[in-house]
Amino acid sequence: MTAGFDRRSLLAGSLLGAGSLALPRLAFAQGTGSRNLLFVLLRGAADGMAMLAPVGDPGFEALRAATLADYENAPRIGSFFAVHPALAEIAKSAAAGEALFVHAAATAYRERSHFDGQNLLESGGTAPYTTKDGWLNRLAGLMNEGAPAPLRALAIAPAVPLALRGDAPVSNYAPSALPQASEDLLARVSLLYGADGELGPLWARALETRAMAADDGLTNLRDASAAGELAASLMRGEGGARIGMIELGGWDTHANQRGAFARSARQLDALLAAYKAGMGAGWANTVVVVATEFGRTARLNGTGGTDHGTASAALVMGGAVRGGRVIADWPGLADGKLYEGRDLAPTIALESVIAGAVAEHLRLDPKLAMARLFPGRGDAPLSGIIRA
Amino acid sequence: MSPASIALNRFGYGLSAKDAAVGDPRAFLLCQFDAFDPSPPAIAARLDTRANTGEMLELLRRLRQDTRAMTAMEQAGTPAMAEGMTRQEARAVALDGLPPEYREQLVEARRVLADDIAVRVNTVLTSPAPMVERLVHFWSNHFSVSVGKPGTQFEAGPHEFTAIRPHVLGRFSDMLKAAVLHPAMQIYLDQFQSIGPNAPFAQRRARRGGDQQRPRGLNENLAREVLELHTLGVDGGYSQTDVTELARALTGWTVPGIGRVGRFAEDQPSGAAFVALVHEPGARQVLGRSYPAGEAKQALAILDDLAAHPATARHIATKFARHFAGDTPPPALVARLEADFLRSDGDLASLTRTLIEAPEAWTPGPVKFRTPFEWLIAALRLTGTTTLPPQRIVGALTELGQVPWRAPSPAGYDDLAASWAGPDALIRRVELAERIARNAPQDGVIARAEAAFPGALGEATITQLKRAESGQQALALLLVSPEMMRR
Repeated sequence: MTAGFDRRSLLAGSLLGAGSLALPRLAFAQGTGSRNLLFVLLRGAADGMAMLAPVGDPGFEALRAATLADYENAPRIGSFFAVHPALAEIAKSAAAGEALFVHAAATAYRERSHFDGQNLLESGGTAPYTTKDGWLNRLAGLMNEGAPAPLRALAIAPAVPLALRGDAPVSNYAPSALPQASEDLLARVSLLYGADGELGPLWARALETRAMAADDGLTNLRDASAAGELAASLMRGEGGARIGMIELGGWDTHANQRGAFARSARQLDALLAAYKAGMGAGWANTVVVVATEFGRTARLNGTGGTDHGTASAALVMGGAVRGGRVIADWPGLADGKLYEGRDLAPTIALESVIAGAVAEHLRLDPKLAMARLFPGRGDAPLSGIIRA
Repeated sequence: MSPASIALNRFGYGLSAKDAAVGDPRAFLLCQFDAFDPSPPAIAARLDTRANTGEMLELLRRLRQDTRAMTAMEQAGTPAMAEGMTRQEARAVALDGLPPEYREQLVEARRVLADDIAVRVNTVLTSPAPMVERLVHFWSNHFSVSVGKPGTQFEAGPHEFTAIRPHVLGRFSDMLKAAVLHPAMQIYLDQFQSIGPNAPFAQRRARRGGDQQRPRGLNENLAREVLELHTLGVDGGYSQTDVTELARALTGWTVPGIGRVGRFAEDQPSGAAFVALVHEPGARQVLGRSYPAGEAKQALAILDDLAAHPATARHIATKFARHFAGDTPPPALVARLEADFLRSDGDLASLTRTLIEAPEAWTPGPVKFRTPFEWLIAALRLTGTTTLPPQRIVGALTELGQVPWRAPSPAGYDDLAASWAGPDALIRRVELAERIARNAPQDGVIARAEAAFPGALGEATITQLKRAESGQQALALLLVSPEMMRR
């Protein structure tokens, strides 16, 4: 990691590699109060270099000439990084010290398949398809240990994503345009499924979640802003879900990336802005982690897009976040610095970012969290992400 | 489950009102090979949409810089309006922000797509070969295209109708070439605008200084998915170099009638076209084999070799077994299918016969949670529905979360219970079941249940059906019974 410029200046305030600095207030799962965690998965490999452009790197211009105009008046974090203009609300949160980016981060996955990459990021295993449950479900399990009742964990999605699948009880919800079934039929279905080991528990959770979301007034999740508001409505207050997950697609920008990326970025920005507004006072105790399976090629391809790459950027946002900065051990974009000659090189383990943020926020022992959520990793959880 | 119930439900789409009793379960399935019609009149009538695609792609090229319009285009790919939404509301949502001169084309795209989906569904509601229709849908999902990609709306239906249906009991290599090179796949995975960097067209443009806004190079998206998803599988032993080499070989394959090079296109089977001017010249090296320069034939030769590769046999056998015999398929069944695939040179009728004959496919317990599409088809067949209007079909599938040709990724829809057996999915099926039951004949529900699940109806279900307060309620309960949810 010997970039030809002062990369350490980028790390203002971060405690990179300081996993040994134990946070004294941390103990085992206890008194999580009303702290909330929302995980936003960007499916399709979001381009970290478009999200948070390293405009201060002398190599950027040559690789991304056709996109430079996007960043001319874009908000900066320090002098080196510019936030994509479609992420205006997120940039405002960063300026307010409530959001930070981690750049050049990647999971342990080093191939270029979306499906394997997402499987690894969601399962938290060391190789795709080797771990059957998801890290977010194991996090719920960890929090439930010794708790009087399991916490509510919820996917705002038509199906439970892998990250939330596993032994800990979870639910899912997505707005529907179908007319509600009659109370009598619902009661009879409860009897019909009563003795069924699979359908019985699923049905019980379905009825519970449906009651929480009684009158959202929506018919689908297409409006990102409405989806953010819905997520907040299901997560705020005493009865709300403590752990939530929501997915956003549209990031696989193989061709004509400028327009396509801006459209997806606007969705993400609207979703998070609406979620923040919806959480109200709860925002102070909320952390949102936004991650994607891998990054994209550093150089624009022949069709104005980018292909599957390696490192990308992650976003941690929320009232509890010590934000306003970029955490990076910047690998550089010069020839010879790119991973396999084509991708932004990974210098931070995404698993460390997630485990560190989650553990600090939910008052878990970071080492324990790392071991449970991402077993078999040598990396230390990143520290100092959340306000003390 | 009894063998008869397995033949109906695990292999097929459930009992339909006009079906005869099963008799010998294996013979019941094998008869369907002959009963299957790859091109019934309703489907044959759906293929004349090519002119629309050319116009659509040209329109997209012009709109590319207008993000508001592009957003509207993507929403226009949503075939459905939600049920209960009026036609005008749906139109307004999709078309807001779009230049008025393009609206007609988009309304047309949505109409064509909904009609194609309806033809797919209505065909299987009355099909004498529901097991073979299952194969059509299995392979269509294996070679998944998504109408979420602007420009594919007119091609997704024809992709299944012409590149999949004729080959489900034919050769895998033929299906591979037809499906991968079909305009729908070329648009979906960006192949149609991939250009060989050393091709005459690229060289000429470079000399003239080129138009920086126009795409002008190699795109490896299709090549990667061919190797990872369609043939070898992700652990099939290919490298990044193999991906790039296949991408180079594929240059020149495009969609007929588009772009500046369109007039140089030579038409190819399956609705594709080849333009030699954009093909990367020279020999290619894929998986250690050398392919001499050969224009259109070069990619075809590579695809043929990929179809015959042992890793492909393993990959296909595993997916096929998973679809019919359980999320974690019995290794013995995978091995049988793999051996058959290799021995028969990818003969899919032989592969299907081997599946039907394999004891592992007939284990009594239900082995799969029905996907939303499977559940809806089985529910409609059971209620005696023989045809439904496009908007009802698309609305229902949208709410259930599995609209044909709209999978979230090129890997297609997941074929695992964990992806579908969620709390929200159950609620939706119950809501829809109540609605379907309201509009269906409601007599003799218990007898119908016994016919649909011969010797396989559970006590809990029988009890609840008997206690129902009306035939309509009994039918709704049957449609969401554990027996209907799994196969």
